[in-house]
Amino acid sequence: MKVVFERRLAPSKTASWVGLGVSIILALFMGSVIFLSVGANPLRAYGVMLLGAFGSLYDLSEVLVKAIPLMLCGLAVAVSAKIHIWNIGGEGQLALGGMGAAAVALFFAPHLPSFMAISLMVVAGFFAGGLWASIAGYLKAKMEVNEILTSLMLNYVAIYWMENLYFGPWKDPMGMGFPGTAIFPQSAWLPRFPETRVHLGLAFGIAAAIVLQWAFSRTRWGYEVRVIGENPKAARYAGIPISRHILWAMFLSGGLAGLAGLAEVSGIHYRLQQGLAVGYGYIGIIVAWLSRLHPMGIILGAIFLASILVGGDQLQSVMHLPSSVGLVLEGTLLFFVLGSDFLSRYRIKFIM
Amino acid sequence: MKGITKQFPGVLANDHVDLEIEPGKIHALLGENGAGKTTLMNILSGRYRPDEGEIVIGPKSVRFNSPKDALRWGIGMVYQHFMLIPNQTVAENLILGLDAPRFLLRRSKMKIEVERVGKSYSLSLAPDLFIDELSLGQQQRVEILKLLYRNVEILILDEPTAVLTPPEIDELFRTLKSIVRKGKAVIFITHKLEEVMEIADRITILRKGRVVANLLPEEVESRSELARLMVGREVVLKVDKAPVPLREIVLELRDCSGMDARGHLAFQHISFAVRRGEIFAIVGVAGNGQSELVSAITGLRPMRTGEVLLLGRSTGRGVPVPLESIGFIPEDRMGMGSLPNLDLVDNLLLTSYSRYCKGGLFNKEPLKKGLEGLLSRFGVVAPKIDVMARQLSGGNLQKLILARELSKDPRLLIAEQPTHGLDIGATEEIWKELIKQRESAGLLLISGDLREVLSLSDRIGVIFRGRLMDILSAEDVNRIGEIGPMMAGVKKGREDEGSL
Repeated sequence: MKVVFERRLAPSKTASWVGLGVSIILALFMGSVIFLSVGANPLRAYGVMLLGAFGSLYDLSEVLVKAIPLMLCGLAVAVSAKIHIWNIGGEGQLALGGMGAAAVALFFAPHLPSFMAISLMVVAGFFAGGLWASIAGYLKAKMEVNEILTSLMLNYVAIYWMENLYFGPWKDPMGMGFPGTAIFPQSAWLPRFPETRVHLGLAFGIAAAIVLQWAFSRTRWGYEVRVIGENPKAARYAGIPISRHILWAMFLSGGLAGLAGLAEVSGIHYRLQQGLAVGYGYIGIIVAWLSRLHPMGIILGAIFLASILVGGDQLQSVMHLPSSVGLVLEGTLLFFVLGSDFLSRYRIKFIM
Repeated sequence: MKGITKQFPGVLANDHVDLEIEPGKIHALLGENGAGKTTLMNILSGRYRPDEGEIVIGPKSVRFNSPKDALRWGIGMVYQHFMLIPNQTVAENLILGLDAPRFLLRRSKMKIEVERVGKSYSLSLAPDLFIDELSLGQQQRVEILKLLYRNVEILILDEPTAVLTPPEIDELFRTLKSIVRKGKAVIFITHKLEEVMEIADRITILRKGRVVANLLPEEVESRSELARLMVGREVVLKVDKAPVPLREIVLELRDCSGMDARGHLAFQHISFAVRRGEIFAIVGVAGNGQSELVSAITGLRPMRTGEVLLLGRSTGRGVPVPLESIGFIPEDRMGMGSLPNLDLVDNLLLTSYSRYCKGGLFNKEPLKKGLEGLLSRFGVVAPKIDVMARQLSGGNLQKLILARELSKDPRLLIAEQPTHGLDIGATEEIWKELIKQRESAGLLLISGDLREVLSLSDRIGVIFRGRLMDILSAEDVNRIGEIGPMMAGVKKGREDEGSL
């Protein structure tokens, strides 16, 4: 018997969703193999993860806490991917957003009412991340420098710059050597839902998703971005200014990742410190592709991946497995999801 | 080949086709676009596998899993799009894909080999030249040589004359004749009747995937009989053209020159004007600067010198001209003219969406009804308006682009190779629309198809090596015969005047 792959005339929507389901199952299966290899019972491990993520209202709230930066980073990736640009620099843009917000919190917030302080921090976080991404955007738009390389490299620059700040000039004088800035004044704290760590950043994420969903389908910008992403030659033929769109998309993308940084520093840590750049920028790539770049889908995708992260943490405390198992699972998931795209474009035929 | 059948999603490309190839003969495979000629030959050359049927060589039935398998059995094909590596030399391309040498390249030996094989078929080629320095005709010779070097017995050529000038065509025919004299077989895929009559020893006509006739050239009574067999009905291909009064100038070029993508001069000293009410055609063999000229007029590339006045406004600085007021049908309908993976609504709005934008807002939903009407008015056959553009056939896609460009009521329409690769039915419909458009617009038609140019245009400019050889009126019957030679650079008794 022979297996033949035949190209479909049009990508199939059904196959695309079936592929998504199959790839999640395959990823879980691969995860089982990994659990077995470290001597753990996969069923028990998944049980622990499930309970860890959804076992109580508090656990659920922790999932939402992690979903906030994932949502914003996922939207960041989606905005650039729609125009066919790979922004791999979410992590660095997130760091810059955190730095921008921290600058406002440390130097201006003490003299401002809370509403003003937070508004200013949002603007600073957005612009800092946006401008950082614009470096890669500018190089791409004007000189056709590969944005995958530049945006990735800029991550290292951003993270070292951030470390330099909290180890050096911005270091908390009373921190007894702890790597971080002083605690922000209370006026710079994002309000939280009572009894949880879920903060106002959730509203930012959901609002951004709604606005983007609308913008993609109902604005001139959305149409032009769709055309460029699908066929840049046709866009040029139709007179759409491609470079300008790339610059704006990169700025917007970086700005969203920057908001994630702001949300982390002023919603969770209340200071700029080690542990801000823990990979949300990269996981955002998985969120975006898992959700097939649909902004509203990204909300769900972010919650799903956050639950794997939170559940993965439980593996550490309950089963003494490394918490990075969660990251391994997410990597496997991306692997299969990207692979499953093949199913929507090809039909598998079995020939006797 | 016996009973060859090949099914593609949605089309039966070959339906129980039988074909016999004899050594020492040139076998013409004639048919319209989409008749299944290329598919059949892709099966013979190992690129596709048939769903049914078998290939028999001598007494043996063979199965090819790849073009390499077919080559081992002495069957090779020159594709329409050459498979050469541009930044390598002729000699390096020649050994591409060979098993020997395994490791070390001996350049001097390679050169001698190239010259030896070339000489035996009087195909002269300098082995050290890089492919991208060669003309298309020379590149084709490399492709042929590549196969001869591999000792093929059956040489398949897919529409080999499409990219050639008339003298190059003559040379190709001489080469093919010398190849068959050595006892090899040549299969010649074409849809041009004149060529068939000129060189074929046997003729097979395909229509809709089936063999409809198998003839010797002596048996053919007339070309129109061949055309009828090929198309399956009487071919008219005559368009009624009512005279239209000439109005203002909509496009004017004054002494323009411009470069190609590699920075070489592609066209120079081009001057002409197009008025509303006429079709002005630029005719030439592909690759003589006409596509660069169109790119420069529409602002996709900058002009180097000269002046362009488009609807009275000076353009030509490499900024794409806004397509709200002019219609532009680009040559590359998949790569530039459409959005293959987006729906027909998005495709229909590509050059006119800005008129439906209110501020930054743009909602395509309420436009769907009107666009459906537009599609049916232009006879675009599509299952639904939300299918993707790539699901349309070439002819339907071109009609869609035409519908989009004409729906803007343009005063200037630039149509680049508007019927290239389309079947006769679609060609007729597009011609009719273009003629009709002449009543309200000026048309610039760029075409390599002399028949098309003669049926449509009022005035004809012939382009060769980037220069306009001459501009003549379509009514100047005495001089129509000069167009063909001019496309090949030959200008009768008028050299003293120089080109424009």
